[in-house]
Amino acid sequence: MPLLRMERITKTFPGVVANDRIDLAVDRGEIHALLGENGSGKTTLMNALYGLHRPDSGRILLDGAEVRFSSPMDAIAAGIGMVHQHFMLVPPLTVVENIVLGLKTANAPRSPLLDLRTAAARVRELAATYGLDIDTGAQIWQLPVGAQQRVEILKALYRDADLLILDEPTAVLAPSEVRHLIGVLRGLAASGKAVIFISHKLNEVMEVADRISVLRGGRLAGTVAAAETDPAELARLMVGRDIVPPRRREGRAGDPVLRIEALRVRDDRGLRAVDVVGFSLSSGEILGIAGVDGNGQKELTEAIAGVRAIESGALDLTGLAPSRGERFRNIGHVTEDRHHTGLLMSFPLWENLALKSSDRPPFGSPLWLRVDAMRRATARAIETFSIRAQGPDSPVSALSGGNQQKLVLARELGLRPRLLLAAQPTRGLDVGATEYIHQRLLAARDEGMAILLVSTELDEVLALSDRVLVMYEGRAMGLVDAGEATRETVGMMMAGMERHEAAVQGGT
Amino acid sequence: MSGAAAARGLQALRATSISLAAIALALAASAVLILLAGADPVAAYWALLQGAVGDGFALGNTLARTTPLIFTGLAVAFAFRCNLLNIGAEGQLYAGALASVVIGIYLTGLPSVLHIALSIAGGFLAGAAWGGLAGYLRAARGINEIISTIMLNFVAIFFVSYLVHGPLAEPPGFFHQTAMVAETARLPVIYPKSDLSVAIFLAVAVALLTAYVLWRTPFGLKLRAVGESTGTARFSGVPVNRYVFGAMSVSGGLAGLAGTTEMIGGQYRLLDFFSPGYGFDGIAVAFLGRSDPIGVVFAAFLFAALRVGANHMQRTTGLPTSLILVIQGMVILFILGVAVLEWYRRRQRG
Ligand SMILES: Nc1ncnc2c1ncn2[C@@H]1O[C@H](COP(=O)(O)OP(=O)(O)O)[C@@H](O)[C@H]1O
Ligand SMILES: [Mg+2]
Repeated sequence: MPLLRMERITKTFPGVVANDRIDLAVDRGEIHALLGENGSGKTTLMNALYGLHRPDSGRILLDGAEVRFSSPMDAIAAGIGMVHQHFMLVPPLTVVENIVLGLKTANAPRSPLLDLRTAAARVRELAATYGLDIDTGAQIWQLPVGAQQRVEILKALYRDADLLILDEPTAVLAPSEVRHLIGVLRGLAASGKAVIFISHKLNEVMEVADRISVLRGGRLAGTVAAAETDPAELARLMVGRDIVPPRRREGRAGDPVLRIEALRVRDDRGLRAVDVVGFSLSSGEILGIAGVDGNGQKELTEAIAGVRAIESGALDLTGLAPSRGERFRNIGHVTEDRHHTGLLMSFPLWENLALKSSDRPPFGSPLWLRVDAMRRATARAIETFSIRAQGPDSPVSALSGGNQQKLVLARELGLRPRLLLAAQPTRGLDVGATEYIHQRLLAARDEGMAILLVSTELDEVLALSDRVLVMYEGRAMGLVDAGEATRETVGMMMAGMERHEAAVQGGT
Repeated sequence: MSGAAAARGLQALRATSISLAAIALALAASAVLILLAGADPVAAYWALLQGAVGDGFALGNTLARTTPLIFTGLAVAFAFRCNLLNIGAEGQLYAGALASVVIGIYLTGLPSVLHIALSIAGGFLAGAAWGGLAGYLRAARGINEIISTIMLNFVAIFFVSYLVHGPLAEPPGFFHQTAMVAETARLPVIYPKSDLSVAIFLAVAVALLTAYVLWRTPFGLKLRAVGESTGTARFSGVPVNRYVFGAMSVSGGLAGLAGTTEMIGGQYRLLDFFSPGYGFDGIAVAFLGRSDPIGVVFAAFLFAALRVGANHMQRTTGLPTSLILVIQGMVILFILGVAVLEWYRRRQRG
């Protein structure tokens, strides 16, 4: 009998069927992956299991007995633990304090006092058993995300979870950390626990899971054994059609457009976030910047874009920035956070498209807007970028994430910039939109645009870039040509290894 | 054009229906209060209506009172489009009045058209300087404009008070007021029995111009972009601080015009505390008008009508004029209620 059985789970939100009659069974000792694109309903299904919301219909059985959870406390009591996409830790508290937080009795059932010493001992014991290396006395804010994730896992284990749910746990990790996490999960499974592992990455799921359930548009597209499937089949289940990897033609890089030397930039807290020795970027070239989130990529792009002051060093834009206004028109910028730095969410499409060029022909003049011209241009952009929208006048907030991103791309490419900064251009997008944006970027490069592509998705960087620069803690770990860049070497550099060390270890 | 206009029209219609619903609800709720006070709500509202628009005199008074409210309402709305809360319209109004009066009294011997134009320009610039000061403090020093505009109100109001008690007092100085502005500086009067002058046309024209600036110029687009998302504006190359300064300046200028038209459109001289709080009512007017210049015109008329009609209502039904404040307050509360509901619905969906 499976440990968990979910039967015909249905959950609707106003306007969306997030889960549509989904069946799922998970055995003890199994790692079961839940695969699906963003918005396919993975989190919703797990929230139903964890008691965060009640499904409209369907049954949940644990060990064959039906359960109904009205809150996560019930689920925890039944032996279910969940590590959310966004961690639920209290930054100024220590690891142990976070772990015992919310428990009525931290350790001894009858003691009214909080015995952190005993608790810490038990945490260390659990950590040792499952290879979850952690300093129990450290405060959460001092820890890197990988360690915070281990705290979340320990928190669930401390509550005697038999079933552990991890929602997109690898999104915040470097490849080496992913490998470590997979090892931990294997250990948990070997000790008889069940693990549900949520992801939208095919390779990862193939590597870690025993069985894989694929969700598409809120429905179960199929459950397959990892040993009997391949990435192509999974992709088909996930998207409903074959996906074609982007094809990069041999290109000829032209003249340098951007040169950087000994550049230092500080982040919002005033700490040094970028300390890069130097690189250059030429027209007709895509330079990929790989790295785990938060290693200075954001500050580097913002400095180039002109929205962040540089501390020292040289940033040579080869005549792209004779004035402030010119700089913003000559450098296209697909920003990392389209909601807060890319779009005006409640404004109509055409105003968003016109924003950077409203005071000059063909869209305007210093004194008035040419609304007709703008609306026509927007209608054309809707067509050429196949943006699904009612029309130029509908507000941006009515578009899906993928279509919003296409609008950003339409605006930035529409200015025909010599240099394009593309920061996480496909984050949160579905496979279709991702494919489309990749094609657009490659086409722009073939037409001679210089593109700086920042992405935490290693596969994306490797597929599109002519050269790859890896950033770690603000420094460039090395620059690798596309031909020599393998997942292994770049992955190790992302974890802080210099290029030559990585080359030796990676065996290339 | 037609599509954009239609979309805007639809949006405006929605906004208008919300405001109208709020007004209706406020009147209904106040009717309960009137009943509790032992009066007849129908009679009371009828008296209110008669007093506000019942005859030429009443309508003239209401329109005269509408004029300054349009300007202060526009001032608050304009700043709010840039996500700035200008609580200082009252002080900017005093600054504008002061400049206009000084020009009107001392710059004599000009042709009337020029004198009026200079007086208007002076009032706008003085208000703009006063608003711009708060804008500068916000842009350059990060000082919250709500706080600074409140404090600058006191400075302006008491500075004017000081002037009319001394330096600018009309000789021989028995009364705490300035001399009258020259005939050449006065706006043509439309309806002599009330204080209605052509200023009302000026106010409506400025409202139309404000709408044009906000929605049909690059300046307006960028200003609203700053209001919607400073991040997006900044990343698009909009010099955010300059727009903050600009928005507060224009906002102050608009409020200054309320002072100007009071001075050269009916009162003709500067008195201590001459404004019955037009600057503060402008906040409510902008709110009821949903920060839309055309909406502001109608909201200003409504608030003026309530105030003017209140006296007649008091005379015929014995209900206190302060009931009007209750109605005004409830209108705002109901609109807030709708706004909160909308916000909550959006959050649930998002
Ligand atoms: N609290 C909510 N309110 C309304 N819609 C929601 C809510 N949570 C999720 N959704 C919708 O349900 C669908 C599935 O979302 P989710 O389960 O988060 O997908 P996934 O985790 O696979 O990315 C999406 O269309 C999402 O917009
Ligand atoms: Mg999710």
